[in-house]
Amino acid sequence: MSQIIDVAHLNYRYPQQSADDLTLKDISFSVAAGEWVAIVGHNGSGKSTLAKNLNGLLAPASGTITVDGEVLSEDTVWNIRKKIGMVFQNPDNQFVGATVADDVAFGLENQGVPRDEMLARVAAALKQVNMSDFATREPARLSGGQKQRVALAGMIAAQPQILILDEATSMLDPRGRAEVLQTIQAMKVAGNLTVLSITHDIDEAASANRVLVVNDGELKEEGTPAEIFRHGPELIKMGLDMPYAERLKAALKRQGVQVPADYLTEKGMADWLWQLSSNK
Amino acid sequence: MAIEFKQVDFTYQPGTPFETKALADINVTIPTGSYTALIGHTGSGKSTLLQHLNALLKPTSGTVLIGDREITPATSNKDLKSLRRKVGIVFQFPESQLFEETVAKDIAFGPQNFGVSEADALKTAADMLDLVGLPATLLDRSPFDLSGGQMRRVAIAGVLAMQPQVLVLDEPTAGLDPQGRLDMMEMFAQLRHDQDLTVVLVTHQMDDVANYADHVIVMDQGRVVKTGTPRDVFQDPEWLLKHQLGLPKTTAFARQLVQKGLHFDQLPLTEDELAADLVAQLPASAFGGGSTDDE
Repeated sequence: MSQIIDVAHLNYRYPQQSADDLTLKDISFSVAAGEWVAIVGHNGSGKSTLAKNLNGLLAPASGTITVDGEVLSEDTVWNIRKKIGMVFQNPDNQFVGATVADDVAFGLENQGVPRDEMLARVAAALKQVNMSDFATREPARLSGGQKQRVALAGMIAAQPQILILDEATSMLDPRGRAEVLQTIQAMKVAGNLTVLSITHDIDEAASANRVLVVNDGELKEEGTPAEIFRHGPELIKMGLDMPYAERLKAALKRQGVQVPADYLTEKGMADWLWQLSSNK
Repeated sequence: MAIEFKQVDFTYQPGTPFETKALADINVTIPTGSYTALIGHTGSGKSTLLQHLNALLKPTSGTVLIGDREITPATSNKDLKSLRRKVGIVFQFPESQLFEETVAKDIAFGPQNFGVSEADALKTAADMLDLVGLPATLLDRSPFDLSGGQMRRVAIAGVLAMQPQVLVLDEPTAGLDPQGRLDMMEMFAQLRHDQDLTVVLVTHQMDDVANYADHVIVMDQGRVVKTGTPRDVFQDPEWLLKHQLGLPKTTAFARQLVQKGLHFDQLPLTEDELAADLVAQLPASAFGGGSTDDE
């Protein structure tokens, strides 16, 4: 697989920081085209700063970022931004349209998509996030979760090569979150979409092919979700919840039950309990 | 202080093309001293109901009784100030409302607005900062230099500085990491206990409902469709699913076990409850010293 994002020795400091105080320290990683990578870390670890560096909203102190073969610079930033769609935690900061449909169409107008095609793509995108009934409403009057759906519809319509989600499902209810994750998964399969999701949500992290753990501005660890989830209670320090099976294991242990040390999925845990209880 | 809704309807922007009916025939009581969770699918009317709790919105028809104050469509906007003091609302992302030069001044802003002297308000600010678990060294710092979690605590201290009797929390842990979420929820439980507060929590986190609330109001499409204890509400998973609501993690997992043939008299709500229920169903060989790899 070809690398669509390559980050090499990225350092970043905010203007008020002194020279030896960095928010991102020597970060290097690559993302393959079509891959879903979750970036986890506690609040203030530098995850969002990293995301803003990737599409040139912030400029690194040193290091290089290469997107789809182009090195990010003042000259290439506009071209690179066309390839990256970003959804933030609080979409209020990114709404521009007077109605939901206008807002979703905004990115397409900028790309010069013909009107007929634009209307079709907007309608399809709103349908995909279950917001068709809200097409003529004002974005500002929607609930937090509805706003996140509209912001995502904007990305579905614009069809970027890379989708960066910065805690983009945090205001959704569990079912809404599951639907949105399924929608993104479907987009990924259909269009070779690359996804980078910054998240505290264990289910969202579990959807990824690979998880990167950021702590104090440094890339501490990377692995498959199962490799990372094996850390059990340590996960809380990494800014993730404990997977449910791990929480239940801890509770069983407190009751004196011998539990397996290896990471179990919920299904694995249910199977194990069933087997154990049928020996009684 | 109890809050009671009687036949409340609410419509946004009536008589315009944007007219939207958000609440329909709401009859519900939030009892004094309760920890009430308000749950419902995205867009079910939770946030609209919430804004009626201190008369930020007035009903289009019907009555809201806040303590002994009656709010009707005819209630004048004057003279609602004392209500705002008794019912403190912490909105989503409350840190976006911080504005003062220092943490102390920001927290003191509310009380001063209600006529408290600057000196007294600053003293209250110091007390409130302690109450939300932040060190006094932050008092003279700019609120904008703090971390997201700290900023949120400062904003909550600003609401507590009004010494409300009812504390309303609209998804107060959104965007915090799991440790921050847990710390924040424990803080509210402690505050409720120490300050004798009635708490209303709007949330999508069913685990928080199971762990903290004693009273649940379920909304769907602008109506109240169920009220009861968390145990009542979570015993009927099919019904919840129909209203697009989830279950606490434990309850969902216990259902999987039921499908496999394990039995529970009542679906458990927390992992400790589930573990205790399971212990009775496991053979003696399952117990031993701590963790092991399977035999």
